[in-house]
Amino acid sequence: MDALTSFIHWSYANYPTLSLAIGLFVFPMLPLIISVAMYVWWERKVIGWMHVRLGPNQVGPAGLAQAFADVFKLLFKEITVPQKANRFLFYSAPLLALAPAMAAWAVVPMGSGVAWSNANAGLLYLLAMTSLGVYGIILAGWASNSKYAFLGAMRSAAQVVSYEIAMGMALVCVLILAGSLNLSDIVNAQAGSKGPFDWFWFPLLPMFVIYFISGTAETNRAPFDVAEGESEIVAGFHVEYSGSAFAIFFLAEYANMILISFLAAILFMGGWLSPFQGLGLGLLSAPGWWWLFAKAFVFAFAFLWFRATFPRYRYDQIMRLGWKVFIPIAIAWVFVAGLFAYFGVVTVGA
Amino acid sequence: MNRVVHYFKSLLLIEMLQGMWLTWRYMFKPKYTMQYPMEKIPKSNRFRGLHALRRYPNGEERCIACKLCEAVCPALAITIDSAPRASDGQRRTTRYDIDLFKCIFCGFCEESCPVDSIVETDIHEYHFEQRGQNVVTKAQLLAIGDRFEADIAAARAQDAAYR
Repeated sequence: MDALTSFIHWSYANYPTLSLAIGLFVFPMLPLIISVAMYVWWERKVIGWMHVRLGPNQVGPAGLAQAFADVFKLLFKEITVPQKANRFLFYSAPLLALAPAMAAWAVVPMGSGVAWSNANAGLLYLLAMTSLGVYGIILAGWASNSKYAFLGAMRSAAQVVSYEIAMGMALVCVLILAGSLNLSDIVNAQAGSKGPFDWFWFPLLPMFVIYFISGTAETNRAPFDVAEGESEIVAGFHVEYSGSAFAIFFLAEYANMILISFLAAILFMGGWLSPFQGLGLGLLSAPGWWWLFAKAFVFAFAFLWFRATFPRYRYDQIMRLGWKVFIPIAIAWVFVAGLFAYFGVVTVGA
Repeated sequence: MNRVVHYFKSLLLIEMLQGMWLTWRYMFKPKYTMQYPMEKIPKSNRFRGLHALRRYPNGEERCIACKLCEAVCPALAITIDSAPRASDGQRRTTRYDIDLFKCIFCGFCEESCPVDSIVETDIHEYHFEQRGQNVVTKAQLLAIGDRFEADIAAARAQDAAYR
């Protein structure tokens, strides 16, 4: 381990750009791409099971290689560009969608302080990055010079902007209780002796629900996937994209879903803290990255569960839900969280 | 009162959770999927698939070139030419083509045949590799009939009581 650490220090001192590029590829790029591939496979399996089907089971053991087969198929396909598209924006849109989805991982901690950047304003950075992703979608819709793509982009823009407010309010509640924007501090503030009831989902239950539903809307996932709406506007913003450009949009969407799952686990479900914390059960009560991954997996599963269960919302219903239900509740709960913090109802930290 | 109940039902996501509970239960149910090439569903003996021309047990072809099938075919898929056979002067077909792209597999040809010559077998797994192969000729139809005569006869025997 010491040899590895000193090698990393040496390589960073001598070849800073190259080492950073390799480092960023090792984490988060490579694990993210692999987990997205696995996630796609898991999605097709779970939705298949819920439809009383089997899901992919032919390519590789239990169909596991199916996702990789699909990736290579997409990579080898031709990228067609519409004749009247703005070529520069057309090509930069997928990158603009992917880059924030990857960049957001810089502040996501896998343990106390274990992150690329243990930034003090981590939560603000996350809000900024998750909001930036919508520019990729808007640009894709605009640059394609296609009616359907443009409609999808407009829908997506309005929807993401609306739900960002409620989502931001939910995060404000968390930071009021934790008293910090640092993600590690937020998790550590959820430590305690009452097991899962020390986590922020308990005092902030409505905000937790709003956060996750807004997260579903932010990532344009079913039942809020009107931006894609394949039954009405074909595929929405990525109608004109094919091959690897489409694959990048796909990657960005699923990377965002995984990110939202991790954030839900970190902000509301105690991150790497054990659900048996403070009960003195030895290893079972010990914090560890496995708890974080298990919690994130549950939320990632919930995304698929929603998709298999709910029909797509009508567009005006999405707007009604965002503006007339979520935002009022969120604003009210910011006050409640403030009262909790002021009167010391919620114990913060162990 | 009703509106209040409905308000709280939707606010507390009760109906949403009911829906999710339903899909959760379905996730563990036995699956209906038939894994097609490995598993197959039994077919009815009335299944209408690829055509065949049959022969009598002594090897004589049944078809007498009456052209009833050609006349009844709603898709005009059948084309027949006939002439006296050289060996004994009997009326026989010289050409019996079925265009499988035109055929709608209605089974009228089989219904109309007075000698049970043209039949539709239960074969549905076939393909064409080149343009033109969709027209099956008399020789091909007879070959199909020869090869699957046992199956064809068994299916007709099972259905005979209902005709």
